[in-house]
Amino acid sequence: MNVLNEWAFVGIFIAIAWVFPALPIIIARFFGPKKPNAIKLMTYESGVETVGDTWVQFKIQYYLYGLVFLIFDVEMVFLFPWAVAYNELNFFAFGAGLLFIFLLTDALIYAWRKNALEWS
Amino acid sequence: MDCSSVVVCDLLRSGGMDPGLAMFIALLLGVVLVTTIPLVTVIFLIWVERKVAARIQDRLGPNRVGPFGLLQTFADMIKLITKENITPANADRVVYNFAPLLSVVSVVLIWAVIPFTPYHIGTDLEIGALYIVAVASLGTLAIMTAGWASNNKYALLGAFRVVAQLVSYEVPLVFALLVPIMLAGSMGMQDIVYAQAGMWFFFMVPLSAVLLFIASHAETGRGPFDLIEAESEIIAGFNIEYSGMKFGMFFAAEFIHVFTNAVLMAVFFFGGWWGPGALDAPLLALLYLGLKSAVIYFIYLWVRNTFPRVRIDQLLDLNWKFFVPLSIVNVLVVAFVLKILQELQIAVPLNASTNFLATIPMTVVLLLVNVAMTYALIAWLRNRGAKARQVDLANQHEDIVVAGAAGD
Amino acid sequence: MIEINAQSIAFAILAVLTLGGGLGVVLNRNLFRGAIWLMVSLFGVAGIFVLLSAPFLAAVQVLVYIGAIAILITFAVMLTRSMTNLGERFVRRTAGIVVAVLLFFFILLGTILPVWGVDGTRYDDVSAPAENVATTRELGVALVDGNQFVLPFEVASLLLTAAMIGAIVIAREDEE
Repeated sequence: MNVLNEWAFVGIFIAIAWVFPALPIIIARFFGPKKPNAIKLMTYESGVETVGDTWVQFKIQYYLYGLVFLIFDVEMVFLFPWAVAYNELNFFAFGAGLLFIFLLTDALIYAWRKNALEWS
Repeated sequence: MDCSSVVVCDLLRSGGMDPGLAMFIALLLGVVLVTTIPLVTVIFLIWVERKVAARIQDRLGPNRVGPFGLLQTFADMIKLITKENITPANADRVVYNFAPLLSVVSVVLIWAVIPFTPYHIGTDLEIGALYIVAVASLGTLAIMTAGWASNNKYALLGAFRVVAQLVSYEVPLVFALLVPIMLAGSMGMQDIVYAQAGMWFFFMVPLSAVLLFIASHAETGRGPFDLIEAESEIIAGFNIEYSGMKFGMFFAAEFIHVFTNAVLMAVFFFGGWWGPGALDAPLLALLYLGLKSAVIYFIYLWVRNTFPRVRIDQLLDLNWKFFVPLSIVNVLVVAFVLKILQELQIAVPLNASTNFLATIPMTVVLLLVNVAMTYALIAWLRNRGAKARQVDLANQHEDIVVAGAAGD
Repeated sequence: MIEINAQSIAFAILAVLTLGGGLGVVLNRNLFRGAIWLMVSLFGVAGIFVLLSAPFLAAVQVLVYIGAIAILITFAVMLTRSMTNLGERFVRRTAGIVVAVLLFFFILLGTILPVWGVDGTRYDDVSAPAENVATTRELGVALVDGNQFVLPFEVASLLLTAAMIGAIVIAREDEE
């Protein structure tokens, strides 16, 4: 139960935290003018009328960075408990961690060699 | 956390209230208190930021509203409140309104686990550090949704850049964070602070501290990493279509984020609230934390206002081809040295009762290793830079020759 | 009977978040909004992990699923053409309903049987929270202990490497 009480704080925090940014926005609603017109509501792209659809296909490069990040994200998750327990572990554990990181570094080197980390 | 250990809860219960409800109200009050701290600080910090930026650029900065322009932020707030809130006709209204809220919430949530004093912390989660990383990753989402919902090409382009940048720099950030966790043997924020009773982690592993500093600076998207809102390229990036208080919320989120990073740096590497007499006087402890954070915050501002912006390809290369390998090697080297020190009985367990003198041998060894690593790094970089310059020079020479030949 | 206490109220809220988010994903015709609903659903799951005294998994859920996978999904959505107004509709209604009902039935069976028992005897201690909840430290020790999970730990690393290589090969196919 002790652990859950700690998390009850977080739960309430998550609920309350929305109030603080929402409050000024709601207050501003009462004080600010409201005179919308067609030109004001246009998409602002440097004063030029917007051409075509915004939601179009984009550079695949962004996706590749996302993929590489995802792999590292999962790796980091495994390393957190390893780091926490590290002081109680022996050299074998260091070796296990080393091997784990080494295998993933391979992936990084592969991505590097295949130019997946290249911007253009 | 037990009802009897919380003053407010005890008070309410003695007034004849249901213990469960009393606990709930006590929690609620705690939450409101913890949330208010960053939100009130940020009002002051905006003034500090403008003043420091002005001084660095040899200007005066705000000096009209109130003494030293102290009330400038309030004037700005009044201005933002009385501005019209324009929602572009093409925007996805629900998502558009949701994004600025999420961006503030993701930063404010971090404060739930920040230890203010030995006795005052929102909640000391066992997985505190991981909680921080997890919650902070929601900020990326806020910017992504903002860029998408605006239905504007600049906004979307800005949002993509952010995701590429924020997501990339999360990797060295976490690897740098692993080092203090490893030293403290815990992810709990209070445990990490207590572990620095003998010695600040900065003196043991300065390289990790610098890595965390740079990565967290990139996470806030400020100069030299301010590609997100590169005014000269994509106007303002993801928040181009936002106006009034909704824009103000993105702005506030950024400021709170920088200050939060400064506090986190203080907690992870500079002993948090530790200082002489901190255990007996909570107010003194809070002052120590505040002072340390203020100094680190100043360095963030200094960096922001001094370095020129990098290009997006440079930014990503710097991360994936330099910081990521470096942070991985750093973790492994520190782990290796630490294990050897532990096997040789030189390393002492780090906790609240650790003596300053007892930590000196391990600090010296770790520091020397860090210095050696940094030295090797700088030597390698210098070498590489020299080679790159030679190639550049050769190319230039060739260009001149070619141009000269064409001119004849 | 389910007791009404803080825990059950929290569970109710989280269940609504999880299931409501899931419904939002399925029913939304705008792919990006669907992705956002997915995050809501995943967030609810993270909360349920907390209720099950597995805060580490909850943080992982937020960090990996919301912070990384959801972002990847939004990227994938951006790679799809006409993601905001999908014209096609699923026509085989009857078949869909039959499959859904059958699936629901089997899942219900799978969840209820272990609780109620095959022969009608109910295991009452199912709802009681475990006394000894493993800490992150114990998890770390177990991960690199030669007698416990060191092999899965390393295999996970190998799997991640394979996943990354596969992803890069597929994503860059068109350029070579």
